[in-house]
Amino acid sequence: MNALHDSATMLRRNLRHMLRYPTLTLMIIGMPIIFLLLFVYVFGGTLGAGLGQAGGRADYLAYVTPGIILMTVASAATATAVTVATDMTEGIVARFRTMAIARASVPTGHVLGSMLQTLLGVAVVTGIAVLLGFRSTTGPLQWLAALGILALFVLGLTWLSAALGLVSPTVEIASNIPMPLMFLPLFGSGFVPTDSMPGALRWFAEHQPFTPLIETLRSLLLGTPMGDNATVAVAWGAGIALVGYLWARKLYNRDPVR
Amino acid sequence: MTNPAISASGLRKAYGKHLVLDGVDLDIPAGTIFSLLGPNGAGKTTMVKILSTLISADAGDVWIAGHHLTKDAQAVRAAIGVTGQYSAVDGLLTGEENLRLMADLHHLSRSDGRRRARELLEQFDLTEAAGKPAATYSGGMRRRLDLAMTLVGAPRVIFLDEPTTGLDPRSRRTMWESIRGLVADHGVTIFLTTQYLEEADQLADQIAVLDHGNLVAQGTAEQLKRLVPGGHISLRFADSHGFETASQGLRPISREEETLTLHVPSDGGVRSLRALLDWLDGASVTVDELAVHTPDLDDVFLALTQERESAR
Repeated sequence: MNALHDSATMLRRNLRHMLRYPTLTLMIIGMPIIFLLLFVYVFGGTLGAGLGQAGGRADYLAYVTPGIILMTVASAATATAVTVATDMTEGIVARFRTMAIARASVPTGHVLGSMLQTLLGVAVVTGIAVLLGFRSTTGPLQWLAALGILALFVLGLTWLSAALGLVSPTVEIASNIPMPLMFLPLFGSGFVPTDSMPGALRWFAEHQPFTPLIETLRSLLLGTPMGDNATVAVAWGAGIALVGYLWARKLYNRDPVR
Repeated sequence: MTNPAISASGLRKAYGKHLVLDGVDLDIPAGTIFSLLGPNGAGKTTMVKILSTLISADAGDVWIAGHHLTKDAQAVRAAIGVTGQYSAVDGLLTGEENLRLMADLHHLSRSDGRRRARELLEQFDLTEAAGKPAATYSGGMRRRLDLAMTLVGAPRVIFLDEPTTGLDPRSRRTMWESIRGLVADHGVTIFLTTQYLEEADQLADQIAVLDHGNLVAQGTAEQLKRLVPGGHISLRFADSHGFETASQGLRPISREEETLTLHVPSDGGVRSLRALLDWLDGASVTVDELAVHTPDLDDVFLALTQERESAR
């Protein structure tokens, strides 16, 4: 009961930070929006043609939107690591540690706040894709399923980034460690089909966690074949969440060094 | 006989090979102010961090407000409040939001939390700044807010780690008043670390000097002052003739030939000073400079921490 109450208090604190300083939230969506515009309008015509069946810019917009959504998630993960690392340098967190509050409420508040921030970013980026002409061919039930699977994956990635924020000795390092996550949609099926890639890269692209999730979103939004993608995506999401949570908890419970 | 607010035995902490606390014992009665003095790097902050459950000790047993430090850490946390060396306020929140945050974490109801926040803002003269982000506060205001936040939970034992470092003299005095008020009005126990000996002299019932991980002295300010050689008068003479004459006539504690200066024992009182001046007149020697020196905590501090410096 206390854990819930205290986590809710910490969540309120983090939401207040976001409302008061919205620049970080804006930065999260900046990069994916630039990529969206770049890939649709600069490369989209050519890449769309490469998808086969006389595809064009509009087809490529549909193809790339799930990848852009995941890029938003990765971008938000970087922000989470930075926020957590910054907060750990603040005296107030030392104060929290000396208070009789539920221990996990501090990282939990961060994770819940960042999840809301991420999903808000995803909503804005998806909205822009819709404005550019993206249309889902499925229905509300599939959208709900897409949101659910995406939320699970965001939960996992946010706990993982919180742990990365905790393990980083400085804020600068915290902003660099999650960088590779931003590229995972590119080295997966986010921007081009994996079967167009050469050997080792193709193997990596097919087996990294972002690809099954991108394929799942494609299936749930555009009606492409699902295969076992949803199962694999859920397994990745749950696995990353568990590892991230346990790691973050362990890091937060050790003696602070800063 | 009441239980001590803080008692510790054999407290030990090392970072790698560097020994920070080397078996410290403490016994602090409830309702008193205890001040820990020590040079930079003596281990004062480490001690506060251990006692306030922030970091763990390597060895030793500690009881705070009747609870064991490690076996019952949450009970200890419920009984203590900490105001650290660096302000533990949320700079992005306003003063009032900071206090309300503390109220929420102490599970006060909305109305109680709002009332408590308002009381504390009033008490610490922050009502006007209540709606501004704490990041915009001056150093003194931040410290006051920090202490106010510590008080939301009505702690029985309060740790103040260098609460006035970096404050101007007026803010420092205001802080001292607040600290005295806490003990007088609420009977809390205060564990204070400071580099300012005057602060310890002003506030503390008991003072301990920490140096290289050991408590090298403990007692009231008066007791500590008695540990070092008593007061003296320094006399600087105009010529070596006067210097030699006085050396023989006055039984000085020490003499410095190069500067023609003598240190003569004195209690610092007017009577002994007059007697000295009469003697100097009678011997017709010329004194260029005279200084009366009464022992203060600075002497104690320097004497105690220097001994070990030279012993190493």
